[in-house]
Amino acid sequence: MSVTPLDAVGVAMPAEGTSLWTSARRRLVRNRAAMGGLIVLIIIGALAILAPYISAHAMDDISWENIGTPPDWANGYYFGTDSNGRDLFARTLYGARVSLMVGILASIVSLVIGVIYGAVAGYVGGAVDNVMMRIVDILYSLPFMFFVILLTVFFGRNILLIFVAIGAVQWLDMARIVRGQTMALKHREFIEAAHAFGASSTSIVRRHIIPNILGPVMVFVTLTVPQVILLESFLSFLGLGVQEPMTSWGVLISDGARDMETAPWSLLFPATFLAVTLFSLNFLGDGLRDALDPKDR
Amino acid sequence: MTVSPEQPGWKTGTQTPLLVVDQLVTRFATPDGAVSAVNGVSFHVNKGETIGIVGESGSGKSQVLMSIMGLLPHNGSSTGSVRFDDREILGLPREQLNKIRGTRMAMIFQDPMTALNPYLTVGRQLTEVLTFHQSMNPAMAREQAREVLEQVHIPEPGKRLDMYPHELSGGMRQRVMIAMGMLCRPDLLIADEPTTALDVTIQAEILDLLAEQQAVTGTAIILVTHDLGVVAGLCDRVMVMYGGRIVEQGPVRDIFYDPQHPYTRALLLSMPRLDDDLSGDLPTIAGQPPNLAHMPPGCAFAPRCGYVSERCIQAVPPLRDIAPGRAKACTLDRLVA
Repeated sequence: MSVTPLDAVGVAMPAEGTSLWTSARRRLVRNRAAMGGLIVLIIIGALAILAPYISAHAMDDISWENIGTPPDWANGYYFGTDSNGRDLFARTLYGARVSLMVGILASIVSLVIGVIYGAVAGYVGGAVDNVMMRIVDILYSLPFMFFVILLTVFFGRNILLIFVAIGAVQWLDMARIVRGQTMALKHREFIEAAHAFGASSTSIVRRHIIPNILGPVMVFVTLTVPQVILLESFLSFLGLGVQEPMTSWGVLISDGARDMETAPWSLLFPATFLAVTLFSLNFLGDGLRDALDPKDR
Repeated sequence: MTVSPEQPGWKTGTQTPLLVVDQLVTRFATPDGAVSAVNGVSFHVNKGETIGIVGESGSGKSQVLMSIMGLLPHNGSSTGSVRFDDREILGLPREQLNKIRGTRMAMIFQDPMTALNPYLTVGRQLTEVLTFHQSMNPAMAREQAREVLEQVHIPEPGKRLDMYPHELSGGMRQRVMIAMGMLCRPDLLIADEPTTALDVTIQAEILDLLAEQQAVTGTAIILVTHDLGVVAGLCDRVMVMYGGRIVEQGPVRDIFYDPQHPYTRALLLSMPRLDDDLSGDLPTIAGQPPNLAHMPPGCAFAPRCGYVSERCIQAVPPLRDIAPGRAKACTLDRLVA
């Protein structure tokens, strides 16, 4: 096997040669289940974005002649209508917008805050760790519903509030997981070696700690997304989440469950979308975890 | 990398000490009370010299290194003085220590299996040192890393750069560690039992490599080991540690052929020799090493020593010169083998 001379490779590329991310991407592409999941997610995302252009009816358009009609391709009610005579297809896609947005944004918020917070607490340790984790404990003990109701009282009903409320709760778990992992890593010899080679604390956390905890973190994120979507459904069900006529999968499913006996399609379609999305996320998350572990190729 | 044509100082005989350790005391605060791991250790390292520190587990040899490098855990503290190139480095703030660590002094760890980050490629870990300390651009750093890997005799260095540590063998990983240590051409390389985790044939290769790197760069080496054979092969001077103190020091040949401290002698006797009569039991040192939390008032070795006298138990015998370049901490005048 010959070694490509450095000059031939070019100057911009070499150091990035096979970074964790490039090789992870390569391994992810080879994982069929993960790629399938990713493609399904992209399709659902595209449907949600293009909802106004592909549905025949507006999502808040009430048709008095078509209250609770089963799916019918001829008149454009592909998924049928709900008990108010609104197009379920359009409503499912609009619901996807809210559910996916909440799921992804809240997970990113919890990922960023949780990883940084947990890594700092675990790495610095001592009194700093103590104070930081007690803050987490206090936030943990705050009843979630109380917190959400408080927010709605102060700021009125707003979809952003759901993100804030869910994000504020979700990062706590992440911070705890990351802190534990960091503390286990901190005393590993390669961290000590990095100290001995004069690396600063920031670069040790960034270059050595965070890549090493990505595996468990990734798994946890994929568990967070469905959890958050369900949490949003719960809030909407209680009337604290999205407001009519806007909708989300959670709202649609709870409505559908009510009409299950007379109009099963109004439960079936949103529930299928939710289930498929969660499956895809799990496959993708699993694939990401494998891809981010260099030992597993 | 090229060897600079001018003769380095250590070859022309200018003997300015590179590292001077004076009365180093390292203590750890534990729930069971203070543990004194190092009790007043003083020594110096000249440029280009190889010093061996030997002693059994728990004799404080690793803690001497950790104190020098400023790598003590939170509950550890050092007093005394460590002067590196005429500059006090004990108790320096981290930012200033980081300018010395990795560039002017580097460290090789015992277990190459755990001393490399499993999630970064070898190339990344090597170039990190360069981009961090010498602000090289990535392409230059990579080329430099490839050259250093070549110097430590790693075949196909360009290919290895993109490999992860688990794809390399133990000996290969220790070579990578040595390459990492030599990357910035440090003045002092501290090796903490670099061969303990490797099998014997690889050990010899790694020791040869260390000697070779030293001949090329003129780096001073502090080698910590409990393997006396390693010391004999590589070191110029040896210090024998027991109970956190230096009990004997001197040129390696003198120590081996004429050990003057009962502990050194017992240590040498308990080493199997090829020309020995193998029918009998190997001599061992009776008793246990001292508990560092409860040190006896006198010589730490007294409870296990065959030559113990009243004086040994009353006070710690000071380290005294017994010949040019040789010192021992023992009340006995002369130990005849």
